[in-house]
Amino acid sequence: MKIFKMKDTLAFMSYRKASTIISIILVLASVISLATNKLNFGLDFTGGTLLEVGFSQPADLGNIREVLEQGGYPDAVVQLFGSSEDVLIRLGQRDNVKAEMLGNEILNLLQQGGNANVEMRRIEFVGANVGDELAEQGGLAMLTALICILVYVAFRFEWRFALGSVTALGHDVILTLGLFSVLGLEFDLTVLAAVLAVIGYSLNDTIVVSDRIRENFRKIRKGEAEEIINISLTQTLSRTMITSLTTFLVLLALFFKGGALIHGFATALLFGIVVGTYSSIYVASTVALALGISKEDLIPEVIEVEGADQDELRM
Amino acid sequence: MLNKYPLWKSLMVVFIIAIGALYALPNYYGEDPAVQISGTKGVEADLATLDQIKASLASSNITYQSASLANGQVLVRFKDYKNQQTANKALSISLGSEYSVALNLTPATPEWLANIGGVPMKLGLDLSGGVHFLMEVDMKTAMNRAQENMLGGFRTDLRNEKIRYRSVKESGNGVEVVFRNEDDLAAGESLLKRTNQGLIFVDDEDKLSLKVTMSEAKLKETREYAIQQNITIIRNRVNELGVAEPLVQRQGSKHIVVELPGVQDTARAKEILGATATLQFHMVDQQHDVRDALNGRVPAGSFLVNDQDGRPQLLKKRIMLRGEHIVGAASSMDQQTNRSQVNIDLDSKGGSIFSNATKDNIGKPMATVFIESKATGEKNPDGSLKFTQHQEVISVATIQARLGSSFRITGQDSPAAAHNLALLLRAGALIAPIAIVEERTVGPSLGAENVQLGMQAILWGFALVLLFMMVYYRKFGLVANFALAANLVLIVGIMSLIPGATLTLPGMAGIVLTVGMAVDANVLIFERIREELREGKSVQQSIHQGYDAAFSTIFDANITTLIAALILFAVGTGPIKGFAVTLSIGIITSMFTSIIGTRSVVNAVWGGKKIDKLPI
Repeated sequence: MKIFKMKDTLAFMSYRKASTIISIILVLASVISLATNKLNFGLDFTGGTLLEVGFSQPADLGNIREVLEQGGYPDAVVQLFGSSEDVLIRLGQRDNVKAEMLGNEILNLLQQGGNANVEMRRIEFVGANVGDELAEQGGLAMLTALICILVYVAFRFEWRFALGSVTALGHDVILTLGLFSVLGLEFDLTVLAAVLAVIGYSLNDTIVVSDRIRENFRKIRKGEAEEIINISLTQTLSRTMITSLTTFLVLLALFFKGGALIHGFATALLFGIVVGTYSSIYVASTVALALGISKEDLIPEVIEVEGADQDELRM
Repeated sequence: MLNKYPLWKSLMVVFIIAIGALYALPNYYGEDPAVQISGTKGVEADLATLDQIKASLASSNITYQSASLANGQVLVRFKDYKNQQTANKALSISLGSEYSVALNLTPATPEWLANIGGVPMKLGLDLSGGVHFLMEVDMKTAMNRAQENMLGGFRTDLRNEKIRYRSVKESGNGVEVVFRNEDDLAAGESLLKRTNQGLIFVDDEDKLSLKVTMSEAKLKETREYAIQQNITIIRNRVNELGVAEPLVQRQGSKHIVVELPGVQDTARAKEILGATATLQFHMVDQQHDVRDALNGRVPAGSFLVNDQDGRPQLLKKRIMLRGEHIVGAASSMDQQTNRSQVNIDLDSKGGSIFSNATKDNIGKPMATVFIESKATGEKNPDGSLKFTQHQEVISVATIQARLGSSFRITGQDSPAAAHNLALLLRAGALIAPIAIVEERTVGPSLGAENVQLGMQAILWGFALVLLFMMVYYRKFGLVANFALAANLVLIVGIMSLIPGATLTLPGMAGIVLTVGMAVDANVLIFERIREELREGKSVQQSIHQGYDAAFSTIFDANITTLIAALILFAVGTGPIKGFAVTLSIGIITSMFTSIIGTRSVVNAVWGGKKIDKLPI
């Protein structure tokens, strides 16, 4: 079976102006949203207390709010989580002597407030310092990942490709963060992990394309850079789409079957895969082309060296 | 040309997958609910204990699978959780406080498999249920204590050598000693340099002063000591809690991770872990009046502390003994007075200090001050946590005789209070207080639900990809599917084999993601083979070219994802680390199964003969 039967080369690069404009608009929109809406940081980064409780029958949110208000927690945010029997209660940082005991106190309050069969499902407490540290570590992780990858790609390929692929990665990360900002979705540690996975995935795609471009530059002696890139993109299109499809399929399974805890993670990856697929076709190649990638950059005697080190890697 | 693998290569593929499958097998058998009985206070469970347990279970009509004794612990297995719960209650009551009874899960792995090291994957707290704490050590207090020690030590040293000084006081991060003349300064400096290591001395002959600060190495050593001591103490406290397979681990420069699988009563756990307690012994100031002191005229060498009923007591500032010399504490009932008491044992150094301190004070009242450090939730300007010290006089007793390394304190309200105090004291005295700065508790039902959801996501994702590959690449799709299945088996096998690897919910998501991405290598290879075929190459050449040309691409693409995963592993904590682990393992195993694994099948089926068409 074949979905993509391409006899002719598709002229991807002739749309590069339009795609560049779209990308720039999307990136700007994301940055503006990140600057104004900010990210809806989860407990991991803001600090505070979160409590998930289960009831045997559909929960009465009004009653819960009342009980908490009378108990001295008027600022508690109460909402359903996943099902009508599950309730999530959030409390911000407070100057309480026993901040870490808050979760247990609220559980007691609920049990005394006529919900004897309330079941503790989850308590999370994160101190403000820890939140700051986690946010700092997270940002650092993302930067380190980008730099390490830049170095590796520059070492394996050519600086124009390296810059192209890292631009594509930055593009994907900003858009994914932008989506979370625009929709106001909660950004927690698992989402951060998903964003790093998006980096890995998107890079995977970009490298496959860059690899083919390099190969074709060496193989096809005539033709402009733009044409060679078009040929390469056409050749890899089938693979790009199929891998994206299978990954998308498993992520759908994760989104629908993985439960509420993993929703943010699945959402970030689903979106990231779509953006990553687009960016590996357009952003990376456009940047490499704009930087003036040409046959001369790739043909030199490097071929010998490449071949030698591939033999070592071959299994 | 023909595509053939040498026999050893095909055998190696079979062998590796078989080993993977073997070690993945324990997960199929799952785990039995169990209770684990271990002795507290140095008591070991023995055959008599085992008989006692069996008798107790029989009398409560609780059915169990097996009860065995190993390493001073008794393990009783049950068929279901209900029996486990009832047995836990029954045994806690019948065995008393000499033994701790903890809920546990024990692998139901058959013996032959267990003998070759087969164990199921370790589940993270988000899947098994339990508490995760992150505790922060208050380094500021640790440093202050070190400074106080320096101060006291200098005074004693100088006094012993009869070197006269004007003052010894704290200054900045160190201590400043002011002498009366230059000779004393020189003598003092050379004495202190001899008796103290790791300090930096700066003398000022004009002011006749000597400034002493800790060297970088000494500072580091002090911080190290503070965290190590806390870890030891927390380990002891966790053991007191009776938890099966707890984890106490250092994280970074001032944090300690505590994981308690299966713990339900988090409030009690927090009380015991979060409060740091120590004792100090002071003489009661009898020369001055408490009422004067309450009116603001506190004598210079004394201070006010309330007792448990809120009555103020005036005590001498001089500390006769610090709690760090306590090596043991146990509560008991005094047979004559029928009151609860706490018996305290000191180390030999503490014993001699105490013996010296009490010999001149026979007949005078001595107060035991209980000091508890708790985090306030507020922060210092530098971002570290603020701690408050709560002091309380828990007993005032007249010294009857010169006290040695073993004595007792009375005055506890109830046996429970005495027991709690003994427990806190036994855990040792802290030099730096700690606070819980992060907690993640997952109830057992949510944990079980997470496992179920994760499994479903994996199975659905797996099924969808299998179906797609079979339809799209026909027989070659089947080969890729075989590789995918082998990949899953290998991930599970390796996760079970690596001792530190823990499966978490994000980890399961990582497996799902790996399933989706692992076929990528096969897609690359198969697309390449199709391309080569379209270009008119022969079947065997196409297979060869397809695998060859795709290899470096696959390698590069996977290495970069691996870089992202490793960075995630380095900076991530808990569940996130779990994701990084499954993703990394998945990348490596998928490279093996989808390149070498599929090649061996393709070679065996289509590679050895002359054919014109490939079912791709």
